[in-house]
Amino acid sequence: MNALSCPMVPEPVRVLKAHRESHDVVTLTLDPGAQRLFLPGQFNMLYAFGVGEVPISMSGEPARAGRVVHTIKAVGAVSKALCRLKRGGVLGMRGPYGRPWPVDEVRGSDLVIVAGGLGLAPLRPVLYHVLAQRAAYGRIFLLVGARTPEDLLFDDEIQRWQKHGDLSVLVTVDRASTGWKGRVGVVPALLSEVPELENAVAFVCGPEVMMRYTVRELGRRGLPDQHVYLSLERNMKCAAGFCGHCQFGPSFICKDGPVLRYDRIRSLFWLREI
Amino acid sequence: MSEADRLKAHPFMRGLADAQVAKIASCARLARFPESAVIFREGGEADALYLILRGRVVLEQHVPGKGDVQLESLSGGDILGLSWLFPGGRWVLEARAVEPTEAFALEARCVHARMEEDAALGLALAKHLIHQLYQRLERVRLQRLDVYRAEP
Repeated sequence: MNALSCPMVPEPVRVLKAHRESHDVVTLTLDPGAQRLFLPGQFNMLYAFGVGEVPISMSGEPARAGRVVHTIKAVGAVSKALCRLKRGGVLGMRGPYGRPWPVDEVRGSDLVIVAGGLGLAPLRPVLYHVLAQRAAYGRIFLLVGARTPEDLLFDDEIQRWQKHGDLSVLVTVDRASTGWKGRVGVVPALLSEVPELENAVAFVCGPEVMMRYTVRELGRRGLPDQHVYLSLERNMKCAAGFCGHCQFGPSFICKDGPVLRYDRIRSLFWLREI
Repeated sequence: MSEADRLKAHPFMRGLADAQVAKIASCARLARFPESAVIFREGGEADALYLILRGRVVLEQHVPGKGDVQLESLSGGDILGLSWLFPGGRWVLEARAVEPTEAFALEARCVHARMEEDAALGLALAKHLIHQLYQRLERVRLQRLDVYRAEP
């Protein structure tokens, strides 16, 4: 049985590899047993047996069938249990769910990809996709923010991307000690280093406060609201639009999101009651 | 590009008339700092405003027991140093070039004098400085929120 025929039943999947990215972030490579295609920005519900279930975005290559990659931060009981899994461990998985980043709709545009902290994980499949079809896009900027240099995710890959002539990568950290030679400051400040931003499309993912500052800065730099896409998070349970836990005004984040166009949610995005 | 053109092209000079830029130019000297050079030290006399042209500078604070903590980095197009704004100002942070850096150093007394002499120039520079200060304040607010810290 798969998620399409019964969206509420998780299937057991085995951990092929558990890679520690930082002190509290782990990337799990899973063997789903059968081909599992997904689109950049979608998520699976991962079930730590006996503990609970959480939505986690795919962070691997969309085109790589037969492997599912998730990057998880140990925050609550479920994510901590998932992060403790080792090679050979088993968890429950159902999905994929959600509306993806509109990578095909924005072909031909310049892309500004803004990632804060773990927000880089749901955006990594976008990078794999656009780099595999590099000629289809204009200039690509990846702006990455992290708490400290030690918290930077996918460090080796970021360095490879930085050397990649087709992609401009700007990295900043909120705080650092003397050894760090990179930028120090918040990720919205990096937008000042992106020339001619007003015709680009922005994909933004990170803590909601970081996204609010980023959206404001993008507006000041002349980017129209309809060119800005955000990946939102709310408390999800069913992930299929049945239960209403993740309701965001007229939308369900699990079904209508997590990726939403900013001009369509602008009036709700700044409401603290939502 | 001549030095005068480079000064005029700096974002801090945006919107100023040529005659106003020329008045500021009379306070400016081009300064170059190799990697690791200390541009100013905490406690020193705050005697200049730097308009960074290229390179990167980090603002640091020495914290006993923790060493030097990097608070913010600045690069081409940014301004460096605000402690000169008030008479008798002393630098409150240390600024160090982390890359070879080029900047116009505007001598503080001279800038103060030009702002006093020419009220329109004074107002224009004051607006630019307030804008910069607000941007920096906004960044510090977000930094202070520590949004990437894991919380259940």
